[in-house]
Amino acid sequence: MSLSFQDLILTLHRYWGEQGCVILQPYDMEMGAGTFHPATVLRALGPDAWKAAYVQPCRRPTDGRYGENPNRLGHYYQYQVVLKPSPANLQELYLGSLIEIGIDPLKHDIRFVEDDWESPTLGAWGLGWEVWCDGMEVTQFTYFQQVGGFECRPVTGELTYGLERLAMYIQGVDNVFDLRFNNEGVNYGDIFLENEVEMSTYNFEVANTDTLFDQFRKAAAECERCLEAKLPIPAYEQAIRASHTFNTLQARGVISVAERQAYIGRVRDLAKAACGAWMDVKGYAA
Amino acid sequence: MADFLLELLSEEIPARMQAKARNDLARLFAESMGAAGLETGAITTYSTPRRLVLIAREVAEATQASREEIKGPRSSAPPQALEGFLRKTGLGREQLEERDGVLFAIIERSGRTAADVVGAAVKSIIADFPWPKSMRWGAGSMRWVRPLQGIVAILGEEIIPVDIDGVSSSATTVGHRFHHPGPITIGGADDYVEKLRACHVIVDQEERERLIREEAHAAAAEAGLMLLDDEGLVVENAGLTEWPVPLLGRFDADFLDVPREVIVLTMRTNQRYFACVDQEANLAPAFVCVANVGASDGGAAIVEGNRRVLAARLSDARFFWEQDLKLPLEEQAKKLDQIVFHEKLGTVAAKADRIARIATWLSESGAVQASAPQVERAARLAKADLVTGMVGEFPELQGVIGGHLARAQGEANEVADAIADHYGSPAAPVSIAVALADKLDTICAFFSIDQKPTGSKDPFALRRAAISSIEIIVGNRLRLSLTEAVRGALASLAPQLGDDLAVHRLDRTALEILDFFADRLKVQQREAGVRHDLIDAVFSLGGEDDLVRLLARVAALQDFVETEDGADLLVAYKRAANILKKEKWEGTNSGSDGDLAAEERALINALDAAEPKASSAIEAEDFTAAMAALASLRKPIDDFFDHVTVNDPDPAKRERRLNLLMRFRDAVNRVADFSKIEG
Repeated sequence: MSLSFQDLILTLHRYWGEQGCVILQPYDMEMGAGTFHPATVLRALGPDAWKAAYVQPCRRPTDGRYGENPNRLGHYYQYQVVLKPSPANLQELYLGSLIEIGIDPLKHDIRFVEDDWESPTLGAWGLGWEVWCDGMEVTQFTYFQQVGGFECRPVTGELTYGLERLAMYIQGVDNVFDLRFNNEGVNYGDIFLENEVEMSTYNFEVANTDTLFDQFRKAAAECERCLEAKLPIPAYEQAIRASHTFNTLQARGVISVAERQAYIGRVRDLAKAACGAWMDVKGYAA
Repeated sequence: MADFLLELLSEEIPARMQAKARNDLARLFAESMGAAGLETGAITTYSTPRRLVLIAREVAEATQASREEIKGPRSSAPPQALEGFLRKTGLGREQLEERDGVLFAIIERSGRTAADVVGAAVKSIIADFPWPKSMRWGAGSMRWVRPLQGIVAILGEEIIPVDIDGVSSSATTVGHRFHHPGPITIGGADDYVEKLRACHVIVDQEERERLIREEAHAAAAEAGLMLLDDEGLVVENAGLTEWPVPLLGRFDADFLDVPREVIVLTMRTNQRYFACVDQEANLAPAFVCVANVGASDGGAAIVEGNRRVLAARLSDARFFWEQDLKLPLEEQAKKLDQIVFHEKLGTVAAKADRIARIATWLSESGAVQASAPQVERAARLAKADLVTGMVGEFPELQGVIGGHLARAQGEANEVADAIADHYGSPAAPVSIAVALADKLDTICAFFSIDQKPTGSKDPFALRRAAISSIEIIVGNRLRLSLTEAVRGALASLAPQLGDDLAVHRLDRTALEILDFFADRLKVQQREAGVRHDLIDAVFSLGGEDDLVRLLARVAALQDFVETEDGADLLVAYKRAANILKKEKWEGTNSGSDGDLAAEERALINALDAAEPKASSAIEAEDFTAAMAALASLRKPIDDFFDHVTVNDPDPAKRERRLNLLMRFRDAVNRVADFSKIEG
């Protein structure tokens, strides 16, 4: 039988643990992508070697579909691997993980298709691919070139697996809510369907926008206080908070196209400043 | 003489960069060899997703030895001069030769071996390769498009040593990522391609393209279908595969409710699939994907996986399509007042309103023979699809989606077509009115806020808009005063610009826009083989802003000046104009008419006859007849110049003759400003 959702995670944990990664737990804050985890952003800066793997729940309020769309979720999981410096055999290591979870590359079509990655809110970019398995994007594969506006030296290699998609593929399921979560009869929908319905309703209809605007301002102000106190980690957390608040405001449809850039720019400034402070505190040369 | 093989093995090179990379590699290598003076035969380059390959045939064994003699200072020159010369040449005093009191440096260079030249070239090519975007990886500092993994550099049978940032050359490469991941030892240029083929890598991109083309067609034909040719997809898939295997899959026919363009687009851009049609040319529920592996199950799992991915994409598309169908375009259009067209030019709703006004004028003024209510309706709905979910997902299909929605929602076909076609250069009357109005509005709007194109900068694509407008007007023979149309379009901007601003600037801006159109017309017509000086000759008459008439006039003029009569008349015209210019002759009212020379009389008679003929021909837009009237002046003016002295000692005769020349010049100028004509 193909891997259940939780066995998929356990298999990846074991595999990447064997490659020398520390297996971390999710960061306890709302964020739009596993990249935001300080284990990726902050650790990508400076000269120190680093290997980590973790699952990160991702919240994308605008992607919520009230549980009605078989492929879109407002809350889902990414499996994130970061290796610094990126090893010469990173592609082989990655392909090894696919074999480990049951994808035979002589039976399936694995392809590396150009996809340059950029996070305007993190002031980060890198080059790499989206990895296709039989035409489906299963992983984002990136060599970081810059994070927080700083050159990455050495370069961190980042692998981001879309866990639900990958599991749907492995299990041959067309609806995410039908995924087997374990092998005891619990499926993904049993756990998350109600969550999707309620969170979509909240994010699109209920969330108090005045409160959100206020939260955004307060997070930004708090970030700056932390920066003055030379505390990059709490400062970065506030940047993450501002970023998620902005995402929710977007889902509420109260940010115009013109304002959007200004908000992104504000979050980027906070994130960059936090990265800069981290470099200072760690004594890294820019 | 030996053949040289270079393989640069890397992680996957973006497909779109490979063609340029092949050309750059060939060019840089040839330039390096040329600069070093090492002769080579033919240079061929190949690319796969993982390799850039160069084969140079018949590389010479070494460069020629050379001997250069540099003349230096006299032996009696001051020591500073000698020191400078020694520094420049890098020699010692004892190495200089003295002849007749002058010092000479003899620089002898032995020939460099091919291995030396080629090795240095490879190193510098890798270091300076012009990738559109390059990156670093690991802890190194070298840059390549993606991590560089290996270098095979073999001249004849000898490995050329190259070492860059830890990557060293060898005779070893790898085969297909999955079919043959282990090392392969290459002997040289002669066995490379075949050794790799044996390891499931087709090195020559043209061979992969051919294979994809043929097998994709065959896969479709086998299913009783025809492949929709797409050469861009062939090349891209060849750039994504080392061992291409086209496979046909099917999708649920229920999805065919979704507009065809959407299905084809999502298959092509998101998935790189070819689409298929049935014998009636209807889109078939099938696709051809190109795998990069000869799968152990014959491709069944790959086809099934791709089918599911496509189904997910198409169900997304169908969801948006069904949502969009529920809301009439008229209702969608109301949301356009939430979308900013440009911060100084108001919303898209305001733009739609302006388009409607201009388009209605085009139809009511008779410039476009179309039903004014249909034109207005189409114009008001033309931008409505911008707020649909479908265009949100597939921005390239703006217009096309609106057209489909309009038809499905019961709008007249003319209206639906106009919505679908208004971004291009359509031919149906309602579509023409909307398309032209949209473009005129865009040009006038950006000119009125001083956002006109300068040099290479044209951020709002106004040049393209002007060319399209010209194509629409000329291609459909629309008769309109461009001045009036531009002034009307500018006036309709008043609400967005504030009245005073618009009104004060209207005249100046209208002139700028007309000049801009004149320039674009010349560019566009030059491509059609029309001489720009002839366009100038007609333009500078002033007041000619009916492009159809203007080009008819230019065409007649071009025909005329290319005849012997025309060329000859042009010479006479220039002679007359030069004389008048030299004399600064402005014309007088008097002048005796007694004692006329026969040639003077003949010219006067000819002008008496030609002037009214030319005027009435122009009036009737029969420009060929107008040119014929001018042609009748050729002999009389030639005779005049041959037999009559303009600068006669008798001032009365001189005055009369200058006036006559002026009359001749002006008569010609009423047909076209011949002073602008070159030659």
